[in-house]
Amino acid sequence: MAYVPLADQDDPHALHDPHSFITKYVWSQDHKVIAIQYGGTAIFVGLIALGLSILMRLQLGFPDSISWIDPAFYYQAVTMHGMIMVVYLLTALFLGGFGNYLIPLMCGTRDMVFPFLNMLSFWFYLLSVIILLASFFVTGGPAGAGWTLYAPQSITAGTPGSGGGMLLMLISLAVFIVAFTMGGLNYVTTILQARTRGMTLMRMPLSIWGIFTATVLGLFAFPALLVSAIMLGFDLVLGTSFFMPAMMQLGEQSTQDGGSPILFQHLFWFFGHPEVYIVALPAFGLVSDVIATHARKNIFGYRMMVWAIIAIGGLSFLVWAHHMYVSGMNPYFGFFFATTTLIIAVPTALKVYNWVLTLWQGNIRLNTPMLFAIGFIFTFVHGGLTGLFLGNVIIDVPLADTYFVVAHFHMVMGVSPVLVLYAALYHWYPKMTGRMYNETMGKVHFWCTFLGTYAIYLPMHYLGFLGVPRRYYEMGNTDFVPATAQALNANITIAAIFVATAQVLFFINIFMSLRKEKDAVGNPWGATTLEWQTPDTPPKHGNWGPELPTVYRWAYDYSVPGAKQDFIPQNEPGEEYEKTFHTRGHS
Amino acid sequence: MSLYRQVTEKPWDQVGLPDGIEARPTFQVPDQKVALVLFVIVACVLFSLLTVSYYLRIAWGAGDWVPVSEPATLWVNTGVLVACSAVLQWSLIQARRQEAIRLTSMAGLLFLAGGLLTLVFIAGQYAAWQTLIGGGYTLQSNPANAFFYLLTGVHVLHLAGGLWVWTKALFRMSSGADAGDSRLSIELCTWYWHFLLLVWFGLFYVLSTT
Repeated sequence: MAYVPLADQDDPHALHDPHSFITKYVWSQDHKVIAIQYGGTAIFVGLIALGLSILMRLQLGFPDSISWIDPAFYYQAVTMHGMIMVVYLLTALFLGGFGNYLIPLMCGTRDMVFPFLNMLSFWFYLLSVIILLASFFVTGGPAGAGWTLYAPQSITAGTPGSGGGMLLMLISLAVFIVAFTMGGLNYVTTILQARTRGMTLMRMPLSIWGIFTATVLGLFAFPALLVSAIMLGFDLVLGTSFFMPAMMQLGEQSTQDGGSPILFQHLFWFFGHPEVYIVALPAFGLVSDVIATHARKNIFGYRMMVWAIIAIGGLSFLVWAHHMYVSGMNPYFGFFFATTTLIIAVPTALKVYNWVLTLWQGNIRLNTPMLFAIGFIFTFVHGGLTGLFLGNVIIDVPLADTYFVVAHFHMVMGVSPVLVLYAALYHWYPKMTGRMYNETMGKVHFWCTFLGTYAIYLPMHYLGFLGVPRRYYEMGNTDFVPATAQALNANITIAAIFVATAQVLFFINIFMSLRKEKDAVGNPWGATTLEWQTPDTPPKHGNWGPELPTVYRWAYDYSVPGAKQDFIPQNEPGEEYEKTFHTRGHS
Repeated sequence: MSLYRQVTEKPWDQVGLPDGIEARPTFQVPDQKVALVLFVIVACVLFSLLTVSYYLRIAWGAGDWVPVSEPATLWVNTGVLVACSAVLQWSLIQARRQEAIRLTSMAGLLFLAGGLLTLVFIAGQYAAWQTLIGGGYTLQSNPANAFFYLLTGVHVLHLAGGLWVWTKALFRMSSGADAGDSRLSIELCTWYWHFLLLVWFGLFYVLSTT
């Protein structure tokens, strides 16, 4: 059978176009519906994790003000907040949500190459979320040993949720990994094989490069989590001792002994560090497109941006043990991983310079997506620089397990990706719904979120310098911490409640705007990429009407001298270029 | 355009259509084959990590490692798995010669036999487990045993996944699917079985030398 590229096949959707409500919105195989299902589920669990963080903050800022927050619940809230935010919100929303929505539209295909697998991916994801949430209702409650689930603590009796809650957590992670693998194979294959005519690899928008590389990272990194989850599950349920060392419990020698807890840490962080970039790389890609569009300039150093994404992806597998400087591993390891950690800062810094240089002398439109994108540059530089502190063994040792670490990773992989998510949600909202959001409300939302998160995390750095330990339910006899630290903690809590409340503006905005008349403007931003050139807004099933688009140029033809408008869409041939492949030259 | 030229071009310099009008996938093979190769890479990562954990548990554990004495059944099972791969390869060769592929044709029957032999392999692994348990090598008693059950179990699970695809392919063949589709199914299954055979060689080596 001769191979026919997907783009040249007849419209495959004519055969299974959905007719009923169920096939259209529930068991849908349309990538746009699946994207919204993924996104909705992720935001829903994200809100639960946000609520847990507020409860934690209430305990820290105003100790014992809520009587039912006991130490066990506090640890469970810490654990579930971390795990949900990192895996079930950020990974799922960037790759399952934006990956699903943007890959076929930006590459110019009608759908993913395996639509059924794509649907299955979402349902497995939903199942994993349900299993995770079910752990709130089992005896002993959900897992409570921190999101890193370090053995032996996490499965030792006496740790909150070390029984059923932990088991459900591990099962849920395994199901999530199956879901991610199904989705990931789909994203990579679609990007490699199904791009439309003229869409060469280097004409792909940076969003696609970010999502592509992050998916490849995920496919390589999640098996490490699967291996550690399976082995930890064996230790928990079947009484093996992969990770369990000899321990004394209540004066009795444990039956499991001889295992290696540090093996678990290596396996976990071999997943855990690439996971940071699984979240960050799609954010880098999306924010690049938002910045270029609203600065009306081509992205500065496109090729450098692509290679930086790939370099960061490769290096991210060589830095994992910088999370383990205080674990008692060989000091030479620490030296090696500190070096690789500092090296990974180079491509990352290149990207930051290129964003700033894209803004330089641009015709900047300070609308809501652009504000969030610029806010991201601030928070990312901030969190990235503290990362250089912590990447050095000698500085990390005193700062490890203090609030400095909490401030660092929330700045760099909490606030920064979330700002990009908002930038992207506002930016693509008109395409997803056919309606414009309320600009004023969006801007208020931005300033509350941006300034509010600084009010939360900037003081945490100082708490860290004071030596305030993280993950403590309350301060005990810690004389080295001055009493003013408590005042700072109370302020942080107030700021956190303020920021959490401000997110209501986002939901009011998107739901109120849904009730408006359809504006039906296909390309409100004057963007060049293919998703803005669809015949219908929001795009119909199959995306492109009878004929697929043809791509004649790269994704960043903004403000081209001599052009009629300040942007030229990717599928615009241009009079002089119609037939032949043309080199523009450097005149 | 070669992959190297594609990723080194200066996209801002070029307007128009490179290499004519037809759409170009990155690799000139069916999408299913790309996805299978990707999955095999992911599975390689999984088995590598399990193997690394195996050696690290020996190195970093408390010296409690007591090697398993592998039952002789494993040699028989290895032979069966080699036979699976060989029969499937034969089926693929037949499928490439045949115009139409039916379940009752040579290719179809060999394909069926390959899957059935896999079931024999799985039964053989189960028998090996029973022998070990009978000999007192229980899951809890030693990490070497635990790893033995874990590694062989994960390998069998991968074969079971392959058998699921195999079953679907059989159903399609018996309901008279397009010959091209059936040939692709047979090819993908054969590749996957060869891969799992190589994994088994690796695992068998690791398990029997430590």
